[in-house]
Amino acid sequence: MITPARTARRRLVTDRVMTALFLAAIVVAVAPLVSVLGYIVAQGVSGITWAFFTRLPAPVGEGGGGMANALVGTLTLIALASCVGVPVGILGGLFLAEIGGGALGWWIRFTADVLNGVPSIVVGVFVYALVVVPMKRFSALAGGIALGIMMIPLVMRTTEEMVRLVPAALREASLALGIPWWVTTLRVTLRAATAGVITGVMLAVARIGGETAPLLFTAFNTQYWQAGWDQPIASLTVQLYNYAIAPYDDWHRQAWAAALVLMAIVLVLNVAARAAGRPRSLGG
Amino acid sequence: MTTLRNQALSDALARAEPAGSVGAWRLRVERLHAYFGRVHAVRGLSIAIAAHRITAIIGPSGCGKSTFLRCLNRMHEVVPGARVEGRVYLDGEDIYAPYVDPVTIRRRVGMVFQRPAPFPTMSIYDNVAAGLRLAGVRDRRRLDEAVERSLRQAALWDEVKDALGKPGTSLSGGQQQRLCIARALAVGPEVLLMDEPASALDPASTSKIEELARTLRETLTIVIVTHNMQQAARVSDNTAFMLAGELVEYGPTPQIFTRPGDHRTEDYVTGRFG
Ligand SMILES: Nc1ncnc2c1ncn2[C@@H]1O[C@H](COP(=O)(O)OP(=O)(O)O)[C@@H](O)[C@H]1O
Ligand SMILES: [Mg+2]
Repeated sequence: MITPARTARRRLVTDRVMTALFLAAIVVAVAPLVSVLGYIVAQGVSGITWAFFTRLPAPVGEGGGGMANALVGTLTLIALASCVGVPVGILGGLFLAEIGGGALGWWIRFTADVLNGVPSIVVGVFVYALVVVPMKRFSALAGGIALGIMMIPLVMRTTEEMVRLVPAALREASLALGIPWWVTTLRVTLRAATAGVITGVMLAVARIGGETAPLLFTAFNTQYWQAGWDQPIASLTVQLYNYAIAPYDDWHRQAWAAALVLMAIVLVLNVAARAAGRPRSLGG
Repeated sequence: MTTLRNQALSDALARAEPAGSVGAWRLRVERLHAYFGRVHAVRGLSIAIAAHRITAIIGPSGCGKSTFLRCLNRMHEVVPGARVEGRVYLDGEDIYAPYVDPVTIRRRVGMVFQRPAPFPTMSIYDNVAAGLRLAGVRDRRRLDEAVERSLRQAALWDEVKDALGKPGTSLSGGQQQRLCIARALAVGPEVLLMDEPASALDPASTSKIEELARTLRETLTIVIVTHNMQQAARVSDNTAFMLAGELVEYGPTPQIFTRPGDHRTEDYVTGRFG
């Protein structure tokens, strides 16, 4: 006999115990996630009405109303943020991948990683001091800038990684055709990395779409349609927050609906990001 | 192959090149040194490349053939830490003079690499048009003409003329390499540098590329790096043998292969090393 029976038995028991522990860990990890999703769907579905998507919030005491302005507001803020975060992030990522090998590159990378870890409310305070105080008002612009700043490190680091994956042969083929360096970088290298960069942008959008803290004292909130770039703008997250802490059942119902819609947006963006990141054959 | 070569030779004679252009040097290299950081890859090489001829560069792997070639169109400096010393004259003009823009040199001296690398996001048409388009040419008619002319020159037109919108990467390896040749030709270079253009291809594609080189010689000057001795013998007019970054011997191809002046050349071409 190679292995004494007792050792074999002990090994079998250990094996069983470990398997059970792993399963328990998986349950502990997945159960809250599933119950949060399930609870939001259960609570939110009843608030998903035509009025929710088409009506302005109703004044206190009146029933009905919706969050049309907040939905449009969130999309507007995402668009504004992308105007800041996408070009800066992509150009920064290209710089890091193509020429940022030295000390400057190291500092930019370090700064981006720090910025990525900064609590989002700190970004809000920063933009409050930088934009809101001088303009003397909360504005869509300030909200967009705050979210845009949060996008920069995410887009920048994904762009850098994706551009690094582009084979050097492609870049050299372009340069050897007498195509200037910066045209090569934008139209050949970046072009070849497009799918990955789009994935990065979508994930960044999904991330900022759910932010509340940086909007509290930049975009603020409004019960009306947005009046201009220099005026406060509503967003699903801030509206959700206000409605959830109010003492009205009707508002609670709408807050749940807002949570469900936000979750759906993030889910769609994540799925789309995965689809965009998949390698595919391109025709022309 | 022999008949093909004779054909090309008699064609060339029949065309009667303008007096004076025979024996003219297109490229003249003087004491060229190339470095990758500390690595001294090309060591004081001097050579003159005849216009409308095919010059083969042979030598064992790692002797600096590719590096030398990339010095001829200022592609060496693209590698971080790479450095060049010495002079390279293209039609008498020093391409390393401080006021010369490498971009203009690369338009005049095209390059084909060992592994075909068509732009993966572009169609066959867009691949060939890329050099002109990215240089700002918008005129559709001019692009159409350049694409057709280059694909014909690269002997690919008949195979792809009905599929110009398909991705360049959908072609076979040999077709991709001819696509890359067409792409290089579209910008109208005077010189074409080919770095082992057939080493990743099957024999049929290889002979197509060789055939192609023979015809292109009429309009271009070609420098071809190869480690395939038969290929050098079949294709080229002149052959240069390199060893450890230096030029060992340079002369008419038949002479290099049958009566080499240096015993190292003889060892190499007879396959005794390398
Ligand atoms: N990117 C590089 N960085 C450092 N050394 C290199 C690089 N490319 C080539 N070398 C070195 O330069 C020498 C010549 O290389 P190469 O010109 O590619 O040779 P060949 O084309 O004749 O095989 C070799 O010793 C090689 O190791
Ligand atoms: Mg080589």
